[in-house]
Amino acid sequence: MMKPARKKRLILIAIMVAGASIAIGFALRSFNDNLMYFFSTTDVVGGKAPKDALFRLGGMVIKGSVERPNDGMMVRFKLTDFSKDVTVEYTGILPDLFREGQGIVAHGKLNNQGVFVAEEVLAKHDENYMPPEVKDSLKNKSITSKGQ
Amino acid sequence: MFLVPNAVVRFFHRMASPPHFYVFTECVMPWLIVIFALLSAAGLYGGLYLAPADYQQGDSYRIIYIHVPSAWMSLFIYVAMAITAAIGLIWRIKLAEIIAISSAPIGASFTFIALVTGSLWGKPMWGTWWVWDARLTSELILLFLYLGVIGLYGAIDDKRVASKAIAILALVGVVNIPIIHYSVEWWNTLHQGPTVTKMDKPSIHVSMLIPLLFMALSFKFYYLIALLQRVRIELLRRERNSQWVKTMLLESK
Repeated sequence: MMKPARKKRLILIAIMVAGASIAIGFALRSFNDNLMYFFSTTDVVGGKAPKDALFRLGGMVIKGSVERPNDGMMVRFKLTDFSKDVTVEYTGILPDLFREGQGIVAHGKLNNQGVFVAEEVLAKHDENYMPPEVKDSLKNKSITSKGQ
Repeated sequence: MFLVPNAVVRFFHRMASPPHFYVFTECVMPWLIVIFALLSAAGLYGGLYLAPADYQQGDSYRIIYIHVPSAWMSLFIYVAMAITAAIGLIWRIKLAEIIAISSAPIGASFTFIALVTGSLWGKPMWGTWWVWDARLTSELILLFLYLGVIGLYGAIDDKRVASKAIAILALVGVVNIPIIHYSVEWWNTLHQGPTVTKMDKPSIHVSMLIPLLFMALSFKFYYLIALLQRVRIELLRRERNSQWVKTMLLESK
């Protein structure tokens, strides 16, 4: 069996690690909102996002929503979290991975019309990795299954 | 102690004795190096040449064959360091203390590699080198924890006292490990969610996954090799006045 001195040290260490975990757990819970890197579109529509201040908005670019009014550098598109949509306007160069149906994070603020005016757009890569042929066959499959 | 076979217990008891450990590791070292070389050759050939390009990122995604195994190792080595440090603290086993401190620089290097490769990939893919989201920030804290362990150990002259001090620091820092792993699920982050280490099926095509697993295994062997070399040196340094070191050095002359 374990010697008493060792057992005591083991218990002390266990208490220390448990204590540290609980303390940090509570700290993280109370800072939970600050740890979010971006607001979702539902938060923004629900009025949870700050007014007249810069914040980040994340979501998926809705397919077919990307347009360039006036043929300029300005891009307008709609972001969604599959529940609420927010229109975003951005003037500048978009990252490589920006495309319709892809997640992005935009930094900017809301104007009076409720349009999000972005100063910076970052692409949010998803966790899927596959060769192009597999992607194509997946697409075909979803098309055929929809047709049935 | 009931579930472990006697032979295994005896092996660990023998390994805890420095002279046995020194001789044994010298014998296994060439094998470890051969296995590491084969695994990393297979992993790199598979990852950089055989694996197909990604449907969205093209060839840029191939950085995962370094980035992901390094990030896994940064967590794995920290846990190994904390466990051996705790064993050293509770049972006062000298070898466990040495394994703990010898892990720190290797873990710090893997953390650094994970951060740098991630940053290099982030610029073209996300559009930025760095963001302060939960995943990137907690991984940076991990690097500082490693550096803190190394610095604390160096600041205390009595190495047995130093080992106790770093054990406390390493054990408190363990809290950060689940935070790093779950950060992408608990909070909104720019960093993507887990691809391989999730309950569901991995979201990576099998032709890309196999080289990744080879690389992960080869990094484990690299850790073992670098660790054993460091432990042997630290062992000689700490035991320089003991009889077995003197006899061994005289015999080798």
